[in-house]
Amino acid sequence: MTKAGLIRLALIAVLLGALEVLVRIGRIDALTMQAPHKMLLDLYAMLASGKLNKAIAKTMGNAGFAFVIAVSLGVISGLMIHRMRRVRETLDPLFATYYAIPVFAFYPLLILLLGLGDAPQIFIGVMLGFVAVVVNTLNGLDRVPRVLLKTARVNGMNGLETALKITLPSAAPYILTGAKFAVAYSLIGVIGAEFIMSTGGMGYEISFAYNNFDNATMYPLIIMILVASISINMVISRWEKSLLKRRGLQ
Amino acid sequence: MSPSTRRLIVNMGWLTLVILALWQGLYALIGDIALRSPLATLQFTAKFVTTPQFATHLAETSKAFVLALGIAVGSGLAIGFVLGLKRFASDIFEPFLIAIYSVPKITLYPILLLVFGLGLSAKVAFGAIHGIVPIALFTLNAVRNVKPVLLKTARVMGLSSTTTIRTVIFPSALPEIFAGLRIGFSLTLIGTLLGEMFASQRGLGFLLMNAIGLHNVDVIVMLTFLLTGFAGIAGIVLLLINRRITAQA
Amino acid sequence: MTQPHIRLSDVEMTFSRPDGVGEDIHALGPIQLDLRHGEFFAVVGPSGCGKSTLLELMIGLTNPTKGTITFEGQPINGSCPDGIGVVFQEDASFAWLTVRDNIAFGLRRMALDRREQDERVEQALAMMGLVEFADVYPSQLSGGMRQRVCIARTLVTQPRLILLDEPFGALDQQTRLLMGDEILSLWRKTGATIFLITHALDEAAMLADRIGVMSSRPGQLIDIVETNWPKDRDSRIVENDAFGAVTARLWRSLRVESMKAIGKKDAQA
Repeated sequence: MTKAGLIRLALIAVLLGALEVLVRIGRIDALTMQAPHKMLLDLYAMLASGKLNKAIAKTMGNAGFAFVIAVSLGVISGLMIHRMRRVRETLDPLFATYYAIPVFAFYPLLILLLGLGDAPQIFIGVMLGFVAVVVNTLNGLDRVPRVLLKTARVNGMNGLETALKITLPSAAPYILTGAKFAVAYSLIGVIGAEFIMSTGGMGYEISFAYNNFDNATMYPLIIMILVASISINMVISRWEKSLLKRRGLQ
Repeated sequence: MSPSTRRLIVNMGWLTLVILALWQGLYALIGDIALRSPLATLQFTAKFVTTPQFATHLAETSKAFVLALGIAVGSGLAIGFVLGLKRFASDIFEPFLIAIYSVPKITLYPILLLVFGLGLSAKVAFGAIHGIVPIALFTLNAVRNVKPVLLKTARVMGLSSTTTIRTVIFPSALPEIFAGLRIGFSLTLIGTLLGEMFASQRGLGFLLMNAIGLHNVDVIVMLTFLLTGFAGIAGIVLLLINRRITAQA
Repeated sequence: MTQPHIRLSDVEMTFSRPDGVGEDIHALGPIQLDLRHGEFFAVVGPSGCGKSTLLELMIGLTNPTKGTITFEGQPINGSCPDGIGVVFQEDASFAWLTVRDNIAFGLRRMALDRREQDERVEQALAMMGLVEFADVYPSQLSGGMRQRVCIARTLVTQPRLILLDEPFGALDQQTRLLMGDEILSLWRKTGATIFLITHALDEAAMLADRIGVMSSRPGQLIDIVETNWPKDRDSRIVENDAFGAVTARLWRSLRVESMKAIGKKDAQA
């Protein structure tokens, strides 16, 4: 491991250690924060008992759905929009300001349209992640070197072949950047919706635990979400880095 | 007005028309049970914004947003600069920033609520944590990517470190820093609103949450319209400023 | 004046590897070089031979591992001395300032009054043919014009020694020849000592009074060619019969070193 990596590990250890000490001696009260070791024990207990497995599966499953839809729709839309200059120019201001829009305000409307099941939450997750994927896909498509497209034409490749064999592989690292955003946004969409109005899922359970001062449930759930999103992100980042390395860009 | 600015405004016009058309169409499909027509929304908005009630909530949200934005911009720039200038520090801390950026911060809300309690500080905290990381990351990269030849030139001219930062590094990095500020602006806004939805009895976010609970469609649609409109206009203005700055780079 | 303008004595440069792994890299030296006041000196050498390192040593951006460099009698130690100007290979113009402000930036270090500053800037603009572009931004100019801005920014401090690190590297051949003429006329007008690094043999042969040939790494001076050109020369010197002889001599020394630089093991003369 690199020197910087070791220092990072050391810093995390110091931080956790300090937290542990402060909670033990009562500087931070147990109602606000738990000692790290207790959080881990609670996490283990919760997983072992399987009490919340259904909620976990529901949230992660829905977020997964939202992610897949956001990325596929996003990439396809990106490919289409890239070819239509007027459309892209018109949508540009929308893309630039999209993330300040309070998307959760559409939640009640979505419930009315799609019913009380999982669909509204997935829809919100998609709504949030979709634009990030489109923007990054467009960016990647912009950067495909012209000379590669000329090579494709010289070799008699049709539109679909060019897209699959040349354009997408070339734009892949940038598309992965969009995918990383989609991971976070799918989770935000689903969990946020569960906070606001739901009868199940991790967001609901966290909210319920918070209202009942049940730190033993709340913290493990939060840790699980943090760990999941950071790990998935790291996996995608590794992939992205290896793609860039192969091209000598890293 | 430059041709590209004119084009942007024309496109905004088209986009607005399309959105209005879709809105009207959606309303025709769904009806008053979950939506209001654009016209009805405008009328309701005109009435509501003149009430003192609205003014109080607006003031509350504005206060929280400005504070959150100040903290996000101030800290973000400072962190970004320090890490951008010191290679070793950025090697250590950049992965932390990236990890924090990738986490759905909404998960941290309960913790923030426990730490700050309900009220203004929680809202400001929500807003700030959303904006600080992208600003820091963009600034970090912008400073790091200043062309080495410019730094060499500054050294050859015998400029002090502070002068170099002020007259060479900052102007050179400004376009990219500003792009980060734009993102920070949007995210801090949404963070503050979400904070108000969950942590407050006052402010526009609270009004929205309340309206959702009471199924007060008038208020829901009006607030969505107002907030989207504000975000849109602010976003365009920032975009134009960003273009202006980049044109000189 | 018999004292050299700048003197390099036993200068060597060794770099230690970044992660402390492996042997140190002996990049340059030992180098012995005296530059005469007012001469035009060019350096040619294969890639990687340490030409740019040599330049950085001469402007005080790095300290040599061994040996000393004295400029006008004073040793150079860690900072760029007054009276030396440098033009880098890459475009160093500030994109956010107009051409005029870019040039004026060069005067930051000097405590001149406003009138004198403006005068010098106007002079530099005129010398580099930038008068009609004074209020334009560099991004609106071509690469060659941007390099002129950088040269003007250096000239404005009226340096006595000007170092140029492949300043025309990114330009096409025709522009290079014309820029060469401009550098010669600048040289005559300012009376400064010029030190030019270039990879183009014809450019060195055409412009310089003396040309140093560097070996492949570790770079050392293996030959110094005197051209004896008249002071009022320009690019038409290429028609001179002696020109061919100069370039031939340069290539004779350089060919073997260049082959070594690209990895040909058994390089033969």
